[in-house]
Amino acid sequence: MTGTGVGASVKRKEDHRFITGKGQYTDDINLKDQTFAYFVRSPHAHATIKSINTKKAAGMPGVLGVFTGEHVAEDKIGGLICGWGITSKDGSPMKAGPHPILAVGKVRYVGDHVAVVVAETKDQAKAAAAAVDVKYATLPHNVDAAKAMSVKAQVHDVAADNRVYNWSIGDEGNTAAVFKNAAHVTKLDIINNRLIPNAMEPRAAIGSWDSGSDHYTLYTTSQNPHVARLVISAFHGLCPEHKLRVIAPDVGGGFGSKIFIYAEEVVCLWASKRIGGRPIKWTGERTESFLADAHGRDHVTKAELATDSSGKITGLRVHTTASMGAYLSTFASCVPTYLYATLLSGQYNIPNIYAEVDAVYTNTAPVDAYRGAGRPEATYVVERLVETAARELKMDPAEFRRKNFITQFPHQTPVIMCYDAGDYDASLRKAQEMADVKGFAARKAASAKKGLLRGLGYSAYIEACGIAPSAAVGSLGAGVGLWESAEVRVNAVGTVEILTGSHSHGQGHETTFAQLVSDRLGIDINNVAVVHGDTDKVQMGMGTYGSRSGAVGMHAISKALDKIEVKAKKVAAAVMEASTDDIEFKDGTFTVKGTDKKMAFYEVALASYVAHKTGDLEPGLKETSFHDPANFVFPAGVHICEVEIDPDTGVTTIANYTCVDDFGNLINPMIVEGQVHGGIVQGIGQALAEGCVYDADSGQLLTGSYMDYQMPRAANVPSFNLGFTCTPCPTNPMGMKGCGEAGAIGSPPAVINAVTDALGVREIAMPATPQVVWNTVQGLKKAAE
Amino acid sequence: MPKVTLKVNGKTVSGDVEGRTLLVEFVRDHLGLTGTHVGCDTSQCGACVVHVDGKAVKSCTTLAAACDGAEVTTVEGLAKNGKLHPMQEAFREHHGLQCGFCTPGMIMSAIDLVKREGKKLDEDTIRHGLEGNICRCTGYHNIVKAVQAGAENM
Repeated sequence: MTGTGVGASVKRKEDHRFITGKGQYTDDINLKDQTFAYFVRSPHAHATIKSINTKKAAGMPGVLGVFTGEHVAEDKIGGLICGWGITSKDGSPMKAGPHPILAVGKVRYVGDHVAVVVAETKDQAKAAAAAVDVKYATLPHNVDAAKAMSVKAQVHDVAADNRVYNWSIGDEGNTAAVFKNAAHVTKLDIINNRLIPNAMEPRAAIGSWDSGSDHYTLYTTSQNPHVARLVISAFHGLCPEHKLRVIAPDVGGGFGSKIFIYAEEVVCLWASKRIGGRPIKWTGERTESFLADAHGRDHVTKAELATDSSGKITGLRVHTTASMGAYLSTFASCVPTYLYATLLSGQYNIPNIYAEVDAVYTNTAPVDAYRGAGRPEATYVVERLVETAARELKMDPAEFRRKNFITQFPHQTPVIMCYDAGDYDASLRKAQEMADVKGFAARKAASAKKGLLRGLGYSAYIEACGIAPSAAVGSLGAGVGLWESAEVRVNAVGTVEILTGSHSHGQGHETTFAQLVSDRLGIDINNVAVVHGDTDKVQMGMGTYGSRSGAVGMHAISKALDKIEVKAKKVAAAVMEASTDDIEFKDGTFTVKGTDKKMAFYEVALASYVAHKTGDLEPGLKETSFHDPANFVFPAGVHICEVEIDPDTGVTTIANYTCVDDFGNLINPMIVEGQVHGGIVQGIGQALAEGCVYDADSGQLLTGSYMDYQMPRAANVPSFNLGFTCTPCPTNPMGMKGCGEAGAIGSPPAVINAVTDALGVREIAMPATPQVVWNTVQGLKKAAE
Repeated sequence: MPKVTLKVNGKTVSGDVEGRTLLVEFVRDHLGLTGTHVGCDTSQCGACVVHVDGKAVKSCTTLAAACDGAEVTTVEGLAKNGKLHPMQEAFREHHGLQCGFCTPGMIMSAIDLVKREGKKLDEDTIRHGLEGNICRCTGYHNIVKAVQAGAENM
């Protein structure tokens, strides 16, 4: 497809400012009389704060204020909240410990925010922060999720056994019966390694209080500025919403980590008033990102799959212990529950599923949603189990999957989700063809001749995104609705502004949203501007995460465009003295049926504002829509990874990587492919390189820099072979699903299935670094001796 | 405080800096050229890459005072008379960026790579040549394509 409409790979409108260095990220913004903040952080994993002496720091050059939790309490500023309540199996509510914006009495992880210094310059603030004298008495700590319920270290008074909740889903009794009668049971112990999101732009904030109007402004690195405003107003109690403007300008990647409301941004806002109204800027150093951004994953799971004698799956049973870190972050509680266990049916017809989840506190940074959020963990469980079961049953892994695929839609799983549309076999067939699976044996033999081990791994993922129907999530404990808003503002000359509650931090909304408008109104794409990320401009919105900006955000725009068309037809009818029923609109032109009368879109726009000939019609052309989706959307696809391992070095090279996705209809294939590339590499990172490590003895973060935490670099990954199949989504008029997280969801099991295939082992831990692989090879050699 | 005089993007600029002031701080805070970014504290991510006397350097680990008399080019100085540098154009054309934060450093490193390795770059050379730059969005696939195309057009 060419042109600029829906379906075309239009080059991005936003790129010009980024490639010329004119992007405006939070740290690029400097306000008049700006000051700088630096945070004093806990060096201990768990300790009582005996005293904080700020005297020396307060007297240092340029220092304007040193603030602690006591000052926060004086001003009655509330703590950080978790916005999703989970109810335990026994009916009790989850145990949420207090999460003050500056520590009160105790610190609970290395990096916990203890005090803040505000000074004239960054260097002065940092120097004075080093002079803040905090006396600690250390307490027993624990960084290991698996041990959390049996250790002495008690993170919060409200949770004696460190358990936040014990939650379950599915039918325990029926599932147990199925396992009892199973012809074969496959069991796996799985660790889903803890990850640190690492958006390339570190978090930053500028908080500013204006004494003249008693009004606050916050510039922040947020994926959802409206939610930040709501929480800061309603829960921190800083000021009412109309007294707070939150701006999230260009944001340098989020991957979930910038959804949450963090202490630093609230502190900058609050302290701005404390120092008399000068703006306070805080820009996180990368070390602070490692220490104090919300981390991802960190599950310890026991999983079992039951099959009958014909190789049909009859049941799946899972127990997961999920680390929440030291505090419950904004949406932490829903990740290992409703975003995880509801996807445990995968692409398969599994009549009985039971999952139980213990969420636990540990003395580590909070854990929350990270690209995929729960769905990568579910996919990893399902696809490792399915692959292992196939191998145990001596069935071809693809055929085993095929035999168990869901083929009829809609399909109600035993774990809440109702899949609306899909053709899983179509993606599998296409992926097998593209990956030349038939030629694998020959390639494996060729590798063997070079002394290399070659393996092939599948992953057939499904995910639920387009988050989410408000009533549904409300019934499951969400504190908010997950609709989206849009305003279409047609200017008098026919150009258009789209104000959206979605937020782009790399996704390319300025282009894709404009494509939809250009298509619908028949106007040049360059005459459409997308406005986002500012609570003063956009009325309300829920932001971007959960691959929701297309299916939910664009649906809201589409609905507002419907209303624009209705109103514009009335205007055209009035001006052309015809009945509204006789007005037709196509390719940007309004015509009167059966006549040669016509008006261009811009002429109708002008007529609506001039209002000379529009009779009783309200002047103007501007419409708003709030759209609440009817269901999640269900992207699904197949990844095939082929690896080559050097047994002498343990280095795994990805020889070929094929991925076929069904995202329904695509708005901009170029952008969709880009999202998939990035997601796959994050998944490869999880499988082969990235692992957050806290030292058990000291509780220190050992992987606190890019020297210690291995990010995938260009030379670590291949180019990708992507394909698409299409079953349009029935619940939105564009027929689209979400594509933002799929790559990161589908890839880790494909890589690990390939690595285990190459090595001929049943299991290997993520990240399968060269050291892990080499040790495995040595173990195999020893066993063979 | 030492005074430094440099030519930045063709313009002579001077300023008083502390001995510890980094080149990236001078460029961003003193000159307001915020296209050069800081993504880490350990000289690993490459978001801060600029050219000093024609060679790529990480400006987060270069002292401003050490650049006295040098010619510095930042991403803002690449386009000439409103015409984009071929490498900038190639990043746009091949969707070599998403959030845009690593992009200025990526482009500066890529241009340096072409200067060192020539206009005909194979995938392997590009991937190894960019090992000092981290991107979290693109998975590098389209960056590689962009650098290959940009190199040919330089």
